Amino acid sequence: MDLDPLLLARIQFAANISFHILFPAISIGLGWLLLFFRLRFTVTGDQAWEYAYYFWVKIFALTFAMGVVSGITMSFQFGTNWPGFMERAGNVAGPLLGYEVLTAFFLEASFLGIMLFGKQRVSNRMHLLSAFLVAFGTTLSAFWILSLNSWMHTPTGYRIEDGVVMVESWLAVIFNPSFPYRFIHMLLASLLTCAFLVAGVSAWRALQNVDGPATWKVMKTGVFLAAVLAPLQIFVGDLHGLNTLAHQPAKIAAMEAIWETDAGAPFTVFALPDEAARRNHYAVEIPYAASLILTHKTDGVVQGLNAFAGEHPPVAMVFWSFRVMLAVGGLMLLVSWWGTWQLRGRHTANKPLLRALSLMTFSGWVAVLAGWYVTEIGRQPWIIDGVLRVSDVVADHPGNTVAATLAGYLLLYAFLLVAYIGALRNLSRKPAASLRLIPVTSAASANREA
Amino acid sequence: MAYWLPIIYVGIMGLALLIYVVLDGYDLGVGMLLPLADEAEKDMMIASIGPFWDANETWIVLGVGVLLIAFPLAHGVILTSLYVPATLMLMGLILRGVAFDLRVKAGDQHKSLWNRAFFVGSLTAAIAQGWMLGAYVSGLRGDTTSLIFSALIGLTLPALYLVLACGWLMMKAEGSLLTKSIAWARGAILPMGLGLLLVSIATPLVSNEIADKWFSFPNALYMAPIPLLSAACYAGIVMLLRDDNGIYRGRGWRLFAATVAICVLATLGLAYSIFPDVIIGQMSIWQAAASVKSLTFTLVGVVLTVPVILVYTVIVYRVFHGKATALSYE
Repeated sequence: MDLDPLLLARIQFAANISFHILFPAISIGLGWLLLFFRLRFTVTGDQAWEYAYYFWVKIFALTFAMGVVSGITMSFQFGTNWPGFMERAGNVAGPLLGYEVLTAFFLEASFLGIMLFGKQRVSNRMHLLSAFLVAFGTTLSAFWILSLNSWMHTPTGYRIEDGVVMVESWLAVIFNPSFPYRFIHMLLASLLTCAFLVAGVSAWRALQNVDGPATWKVMKTGVFLAAVLAPLQIFVGDLHGLNTLAHQPAKIAAMEAIWETDAGAPFTVFALPDEAARRNHYAVEIPYAASLILTHKTDGVVQGLNAFAGEHPPVAMVFWSFRVMLAVGGLMLLVSWWGTWQLRGRHTANKPLLRALSLMTFSGWVAVLAGWYVTEIGRQPWIIDGVLRVSDVVADHPGNTVAATLAGYLLLYAFLLVAYIGALRNLSRKPAASLRLIPVTSAASANREA
Repeated sequence: MAYWLPIIYVGIMGLALLIYVVLDGYDLGVGMLLPLADEAEKDMMIASIGPFWDANETWIVLGVGVLLIAFPLAHGVILTSLYVPATLMLMGLILRGVAFDLRVKAGDQHKSLWNRAFFVGSLTAAIAQGWMLGAYVSGLRGDTTSLIFSALIGLTLPALYLVLACGWLMMKAEGSLLTKSIAWARGAILPMGLGLLLVSIATPLVSNEIADKWFSFPNALYMAPIPLLSAACYAGIVMLLRDDNGIYRGRGWRLFAATVAICVLATLGLAYSIFPDVIIGQMSIWQAAASVKSLTFTLVGVVLTVPVILVYTVIVYRVFHGKATALSYE
């Protein structure tokens, strides 16, 4: 059988990055939530917050471990599968990845040990500091990685010498035009993912009757946080879309499946895009809406895919990923507002809400993956937009070798995903420790104990 | 600058990989020893590395990161040639990294499965690392001689990790586990010594470049302390292992220290053998280096952060200093 090494290498990279992103998507936000739980415990002395902290720090550690090991894989794969990328763009990618390891990765990995096992050995103040450093580290990680990723979408601050990218201005490289939008969009996405994760697991615990005071505090934290962040995310997402329109119009054309440049373009709610015929089947459209969203004018001109003949991304994947992201985002808004309305000032909720929340436990993962597919598949056929093609940087391993390692990774990842969710379920099934709650009267005594 | 920057970076890379071998070496070794212990001892062994393994593993990311930052041309060549062992190592590291957490979190009925995964992952990663080192030192050639050489280091490095792990456990364990770690060290010390000896003999045989460097006068004289000191450390370990009482009275750290000293000496020897090439006989560090502007930009970060990282690494090790206590997540 003739295996296409490029396609296989792309599938392998897609599988790796899809698996990897699941865990940073949780740990970036969960780090800050843990700091919040710990701070609430320190300020109020309410032991329920400490229980919440120790319950979720276990899940954080597991998530972080999954993220670390799959992240190490990513860093090796640049060399094993995409050597051309480092040869041509190493001057930009190397230092940004290096700064991630130096400033963030060590910080997280070193202080997580204290967060997990430091209870008897360090003061509460040191514990708080560790929780802050870990949360800060995860965010700093995201800063560097998203800076590099954004630069690959909207490269600035460089020149090409003999086919190699040379840096002209580091500030222009790091703070490239799409970076602020992508960074904030991802941070909000991570916080929303965590908000629904903690709310969903708590709701599930309530349904199983293993909840305690801490469970409800956590559920409310998640729901209230989501209620605030969901609309904010829609606003930021819109800004991000406008930025993409300015810099990567081909991606927008694919997201909206607009085949011909059009003034007053409609928004397509549903369609089956057909690349061969270059049109949409069974399209359900809202007239002028795409122009209105993208240009904020009903008769604004939106460039179609015809303007990028042979150079545009695969349309159906991008189109559908985008719609999945929007749908999940909309659902998040509805459920979090419904939940806020029910949970305000109370420690109870009706069954439908609890079921809805527990069904939404991993909704953040779906939205995050869909969002990344939009942005990454939307960049094809480029690895660095307008500078370097994916096909120019792939390693020339035989198709069979790549297929074999791909099969290995897929099996391992499927197994680990099942194990991860299984462990989450196992941890969540135990009756809440906070049911054994001993009231603590003041923060001072809590501090003395810690 | 164009002359000095690659030298600075190759030094940092060597340092990061040396720290990696010592730190992740002992926790990989603990993983390989796991099947020999009973249930309670297994928990204690895992507890002894619990707060550290994440950060230990980060050093290989820095090592490979520096290769990628400073020598992008070599990075691609090296990792493409090492595709299969690198992939195996990664799968090993993935397996053990998650097994570590899942063995206590996935429920009691799955614990022995994850214990086995932790062992298999540790062993795979250790062998693959040895294999990669062997392939690298023999110049990424892939002929029969270099395959045999890779296989030799593929067995020696795990033996070294086992001795490191025994030293670690002598510092961290008490009671039956301490007794066992002495017995394990006695079992591992000979394979490690034999392996290191064979590697030292074989290295100049597989690589003419390295033979030329070591066996020319007066270089041979300057470099003589490396094998001599290594042999002295080894003899010290053998003597220590005859003195059970000394280990029970807290001298176990000397085994760890002596093994670390052997690692440092081996690294110096290796550095002398390879420098100034980044791929032996093919590419010098100056040919593979990234642009001066990129190297300078990262150097600022390296100079500011590496000392800070070392300081807080020491702090974390001090916080968890002393005999290991049961690992509780509550």
